[in-house]
Amino acid sequence: MAGVLVYSTKQGLALELISAARKIDETVWAVSINDDNLAQALAAAGARVFKISNPDLTVADTGAVAAAIKQVLDKVNTDVVLLSSDRRGKELAGRLAQVIGAGCLTDVTAINVEGSKIECQRNALGGATIATQYIEGPKVIAIRPRAYEAAGAGNGSVEELAVEIKGAAIKVIDFKPKAADTVNIEAAEILVAVGQGLSDEAKLTDIQDLAARLGGEVACSKPLATDKKWLSEERIIGLSGKKCKPQLALLLGISGQVQFTVGIRDARVIAAINTDENAAINYMADYIMQADLHDVIKELNEKL
Amino acid sequence: MNIVVAMKQIPDLQQIRIRNRKPVLDGVPAALGIIDKNALEAAVLIKESQGGKVIVLSAGNEEVEETVKEALAAGADEAFLVLDDELDGADGSVKALVLAEAIRKIEDVGLILFGEGSGDNYSGQVGSRVAELLGLPQVGYARSIEINDSSAVIVRSLEDGDEIIEVSLPVIVNVLGDINEPRIPSVTQILKAGKKLKEVLELEDLAIDLTGLPEINMVSNLAPETDRKQVKVSSVDELLQALKTEGVI
Ligand SMILES: Cc1cc2nc3c(=O)[nH]c(=O)nc-3n(C[C@H](O)[C@H](O)[C@H](O)COP(=O)(O)OP(=O)(O)OC[C@H]3O[C@@H](n4cnc5c(N)ncnc54)[C@H](O)[C@@H]3O)c2cc1C
Repeated sequence: MAGVLVYSTKQGLALELISAARKIDETVWAVSINDDNLAQALAAAGARVFKISNPDLTVADTGAVAAAIKQVLDKVNTDVVLLSSDRRGKELAGRLAQVIGAGCLTDVTAINVEGSKIECQRNALGGATIATQYIEGPKVIAIRPRAYEAAGAGNGSVEELAVEIKGAAIKVIDFKPKAADTVNIEAAEILVAVGQGLSDEAKLTDIQDLAARLGGEVACSKPLATDKKWLSEERIIGLSGKKCKPQLALLLGISGQVQFTVGIRDARVIAAINTDENAAINYMADYIMQADLHDVIKELNEKL
Repeated sequence: MNIVVAMKQIPDLQQIRIRNRKPVLDGVPAALGIIDKNALEAAVLIKESQGGKVIVLSAGNEEVEETVKEALAAGADEAFLVLDDELDGADGSVKALVLAEAIRKIEDVGLILFGEGSGDNYSGQVGSRVAELLGLPQVGYARSIEINDSSAVIVRSLEDGDEIIEVSLPVIVNVLGDINEPRIPSVTQILKAGKKLKEVLELEDLAIDLTGLPEINMVSNLAPETDRKQVKVSSVDELLQALKTEGVI
């Protein structure tokens, strides 16, 4: 093994990958594409960075990015690649794996080096189980955001690299930034999480009120953000959202599908309020209250 | 133009029991991936407005032939199946080779749709692998797809914003779970589904070499230990008292 190559378009995530890579090998290579700041930041964290500047190469074109990274891999002669498991990284993972004949694991939450094996943990069966797997042969491993701390200062370098790219297959004609929701539910000690049991959007103010009284944050199940769009996707708990470990999770009108519970099972105390006494969430809860969440919220807001 | 929708047969997750921290898969019925159904719905909507044919493509064990009826009832015109027990639970690198080779056998394909991740593994790599194998552009996390003759405008939804992309056909698109609300087929549609055209191949009908692929080995696959108290409380006061005793409020 001659080092590990890391790549993410996001500086914060790329720095986390450097930490993860160091568990595998001291030598960490990195790639930046049309992003000088990223190249500098990664070098300052100890990575040996290949800086690619090529106007024909857009990070939106997964095929072209995979082709570029392949050219870097040929130069450094390693077959271990770590990507970030954000949307860009996950989309790239399979393509790059196919280009270099690698096995691929995404959404990896932890890696452990056991001799020559890199054991990866990831959720399986929708989150019902945690699988520990390792890849034999070349590997592309995409690591969940915030699974590792960002790497600290180090002594890296930046080298420019010219890559050959076929004409762009994809044209980005516009980018519409999302209204930023800077909430970090993963850091919250108390979460008030609401699901499809909530009757209408206007009632959200009561939920926000309760969260504020408790000194916590509002979180939600996926459909509340992606289908109903009542809250931002930053607040989703679960397999395709965030994995949280608050001291207290107050779950309101959430049924408890595994894709949700996987994101909250590390909470210290879970209280669930649901009209259905057989809701799956009750098996995941320390305190179970069979009641209409709207009544409970009202009373809690009066009493707290 | 034909639209291919790749759909994966998975165990019905709602019915998996955990015993001694191990998942019990025996007797669990098969289902189609949830987000795969969004991909199918996206294809059917495009077909309804622009014509063409929707072909559902699936590779798996013999049971797929039955499972796929649901997709035929929900608007797919034909099924193209590669059935072999060897494909049951096969890695993404294997499935991708099979799907790519199958797609090569289908005429006039303009659009190939996947879900953003399968219902069970949610690994999201097969669409990307197929794109590379076929040398096609790909757009993941699609929130909308608009077809204009030989190109498409697709909105790719990223964590920090929406990227509007123009791409020429054919293209591989992985759709988000919230791109649409899949239709529920009627009883007549379900009855008619059995009569729709199904092309069934076996692995050996495809000119692919499955040797020398990277291997993924499973060390363990266990449910996390949970020992929740599961105490029932009957009033808000009781709840507040319990949370105070826990020291969390
Ligand atoms: C690949 C994949 C990834 C996914 N990732 C995620 C994820 O990250 N996070 C996530 O949350 N989901 C995820 N899902 C979706 C998940 O499977 C469930 O559909 C979702 O969690 C259900 O949300 P819910 O509990 O809010 O809604 P429902 O399942 O509709 O439950 C609503 C609950 O509210 C209760 N209720 C109704 N009225 C009241 C009332 N007045 N008072 C109290 N209770 C009431 C009902 O009894 C019910 O239990 C994913 C699915 C897939 C396929």
